[in-house]
Amino acid sequence: MSTVKPPDKLQTGEGSPPFLQIKRIIKQYDDVFAVDDVSLSIQKGEIFALLGSSGCGKSTLLRMLAGFELPTSGQIVLEGQDIVGLAPYERPINMMFQSYALFPHLSVWDNVAFGLRRDHLPKAEIEERVARMLDLVQLKAYAKRKPHQLSGGQQQRVALARSLAKRPRLLLLDEPLGALDKKLRERTQLELVDIIEQVGVTCVMVTHDQEEAMTMATRIGVMSEGKILQVGKPAEIYETPNCRFVADFIGSVNSFRGTIEVDEPDHVVVVSPECRHFISHGITGTLGMTVHVAVRPEKMTVQLTPPRDDERESPDQIGFNVVQGVIEDLAYLGSLTTYHVRLDGGTVVKVTHTNSARHTQAPLTWGSPVYVWWCGSDVVVLTQ
Amino acid sequence: MPLPLTLPALYDRLTGPWGRKAVIGVPLVFLLVFFLLPFLVVMKISVSEMENVVFKDLVLWSDGVLQLKIKLGNYLFIGEDELYLSAYLSSIKFAAITTVLCLLIAYPFAYFMARSPADKRPALLMLVMLPFWTSFLLRVYAWKMLLADNGVFNNMAMLAGLLDEPLKMMNTPFSLVLGMVYTYLPFMILPLYANLVKMDLRLLEAALDLGATPWQAFWRVTVPLSKSGIIAGALLVFIPCVGEFVIPELLGGPQTLMIGRVLWDEFFSNNDWPMAASVAVVMVLLIIVPIAFFNKYQAENSGGVRA
Amino acid sequence: MKVNAGRLTSLGWMGSVFFFLYLPIFALVILSFNASPMVTSWGGWSLRWYEALANDAEIISGFALSLKIAFFTACASVVLGTLAALALTRFKRFPGRTLFAGMVNSPLVMPEVIIGLSLLLMLVSVQRALGFPERGMMTIWLGHTLLGMAYATVVVQSRLQEMTQSLEEAAQDLGCRPWQVFFLVTLPLISQAIASAWLLTFTLSLDDVVLSAFLSGPGSTTMPITIFSRARLGLSPSVNTVATLTVLVVGIGVVVASLLIARRERRRAQEMSDAYKAGGM
Repeated sequence: MSTVKPPDKLQTGEGSPPFLQIKRIIKQYDDVFAVDDVSLSIQKGEIFALLGSSGCGKSTLLRMLAGFELPTSGQIVLEGQDIVGLAPYERPINMMFQSYALFPHLSVWDNVAFGLRRDHLPKAEIEERVARMLDLVQLKAYAKRKPHQLSGGQQQRVALARSLAKRPRLLLLDEPLGALDKKLRERTQLELVDIIEQVGVTCVMVTHDQEEAMTMATRIGVMSEGKILQVGKPAEIYETPNCRFVADFIGSVNSFRGTIEVDEPDHVVVVSPECRHFISHGITGTLGMTVHVAVRPEKMTVQLTPPRDDERESPDQIGFNVVQGVIEDLAYLGSLTTYHVRLDGGTVVKVTHTNSARHTQAPLTWGSPVYVWWCGSDVVVLTQ
Repeated sequence: MPLPLTLPALYDRLTGPWGRKAVIGVPLVFLLVFFLLPFLVVMKISVSEMENVVFKDLVLWSDGVLQLKIKLGNYLFIGEDELYLSAYLSSIKFAAITTVLCLLIAYPFAYFMARSPADKRPALLMLVMLPFWTSFLLRVYAWKMLLADNGVFNNMAMLAGLLDEPLKMMNTPFSLVLGMVYTYLPFMILPLYANLVKMDLRLLEAALDLGATPWQAFWRVTVPLSKSGIIAGALLVFIPCVGEFVIPELLGGPQTLMIGRVLWDEFFSNNDWPMAASVAVVMVLLIIVPIAFFNKYQAENSGGVRA
Repeated sequence: MKVNAGRLTSLGWMGSVFFFLYLPIFALVILSFNASPMVTSWGGWSLRWYEALANDAEIISGFALSLKIAFFTACASVVLGTLAALALTRFKRFPGRTLFAGMVNSPLVMPEVIIGLSLLLMLVSVQRALGFPERGMMTIWLGHTLLGMAYATVVVQSRLQEMTQSLEEAAQDLGCRPWQVFFLVTLPLISQAIASAWLLTFTLSLDDVVLSAFLSGPGSTTMPITIFSRARLGLSPSVNTVATLTVLVVGIGVVVASLLIARRERRRAQEMSDAYKAGGM
């Protein structure tokens, strides 16, 4: 689902020192830990997204990077320098605010030039840089306008230009697309990434929208209740979530609770009330352990007839990874159809099909008795 | 060691301790010296002797004995004397009457103003504020002209044949209350208007949709929601009215003895400063609870910063 | 029809209240042109009282003094009020905050006789001990500033609360030290509130009777004091003339200001809706 090609400048070589290191940051308010012992390493040139629902601590963490909150303990090391003790105006970091925070009494030009003027750069250089920034966001014609004379999308571009004008070492984005409507958001996501890559700045963004994170980020850190649950590339997070929360947070997932019956290095069998599960890879676990077997809806197939033996991924999977039930609900969404199948035991399983010719052999409708099956290699076993 | 929060801490750090301390400190010191300290002085003087405009000290050291001289005589006098008691009571009475009348007149007015077409509201607001910006002293004086025995109303009424002899309106409780209501009406209108204009009309629509009549919707939805405006307006009228001086002096009479006038007379006419101070202290005690309410209301409605 | 009855009540009530509010003002204005020395019996149109006003030394000197005091009061009130408003809105916790807020807000409702008496008694005690200050212009200015500060704080505070903190954070993020944030971002955005606070406290000071009476000394008689003493004695035509002039000046000022503000608001709303329509990216 990720559409971002890794930028050429990305240094993922092992052994290169991380550009930004967040070391054991804690933010405590009275009894509450807004940020609970978070450590992250961010590479130069990447776009790192902090993803989580509201209240998970991602905004607090971002504000600590910017300098508006002081951590209770911990270090933030940017290019080898601990910046915790620095005030916001001393850090080589700039932030694009969720509300844009454009100065209403200044023109677009003056807004973008604002930061440059604080550095006492020579006038000619300021003019050149502001012009270049406005070109980059395609707002040169609006230079003299005031913020209230611009539309939402235009204001956002001014905010971006302003935060890039000083060539910060690190760019922070606070819910960058939160204020835009859906159509605009899709277009803007890609444009935003283009501009950031063009400039080549390292970026940390905060969002609650998983689609945004998946589209824009090179790596995602999923947060909940002040802790980082998983860090990885979008595909890793989606295909191999490390716990139920992450699995459920990104996309949807069907989850079966069962115990490990067979534990071999190359395959595992889990027994749950709904069916027997065959998983085509080894896991770290022990016999008898309770685990959750997770399968994504698009990895499942629903049909009126039971799966033929030759359709299965491998002979050892015959008799495994299949359930029976009745279609309780279906939603036709144009490119996809979503089925909710109620199994004999009462569990409801969600299956998504793309509407291509293969699946229209016999129409499925409410009440149809069906079989749902899937492949052992598409399964993830979660122990948390 | 936990570090201090956010912006204040950062203000601190770069302007040294001075930046934040100056912003808070300058007005704080000003208020401590010119608002709080005077109250302490008043309390002290109210329990002092006064001899030829020199205050005897409260504390004496003589023959190895530390004496504390607190003269409670003034307070006892206030407690016993009919004049003072009735002045306090009538002040509260008239302030209460004024507050209620202001509320009755201002509420419908603010309501209608809030429901007027949006483009007319700024003009209406300006028309309400205009008298407020012209001198209140002059406008109170104007009522003197209008209500006097040979004043404008009486003259015109007699000319028109409505009256045979002038109606006594001046220097009565009527003229006092009229003057106070007139002066304090804008103070009641503004908080009510501010509250009513922000009210979500959809709540009323919901009430009507659920079966309430407009009258019921008004009493069960609008009025309770405007409670904070009512309280603010009531406090802004009641508290100052208790200690009003100018209006009772110009428009009041023998039946309308207000404590503000008593205090003024004690000070300017009798030159009895300790007595005046005692009267003031008792007055403050009377209104301290409403003032505390007012402060609480201000604190709640100013809340702090929305980020 | 119900709707019409509602409209009628609305207009009727508002109209009556406005009539009540403006009646005395009209009376003052009209009677200031009364030829007869008996204020309330009409003797025809005349400008004699305006001529008399021009020669009324007491009022003119009182007015000059009142203007001076009002000017300094407004300046001091606005400075102190802005500082207090900043302290209350931007610093959420500091020791003594409740006391501070209480002291700032109380002069709004505290009867002036109490403020005047207590301030005077304190100043006299100080004078006994240190030899100064003498009662006069400065002491009146102190009392007016105390009152003005309370009003200025309310006006500036309400504007500061509207202004979100993210603007100031953005300024810091872009390299402004705290004092730069204040002068480059905060101050321009609250400038209108500061201006109206200035005008408000100026008017309050110009009009004040009680505080001035308590705090004035020999030779520092303000105009309201003069008017008040005349009014106590009876009806006096000079008051009407002063009133008319005041109404004229204030009336024109308020109307012009309101029109300018309304026009600016309309233009702004228009620009915003144009931008929205041109819309999208």
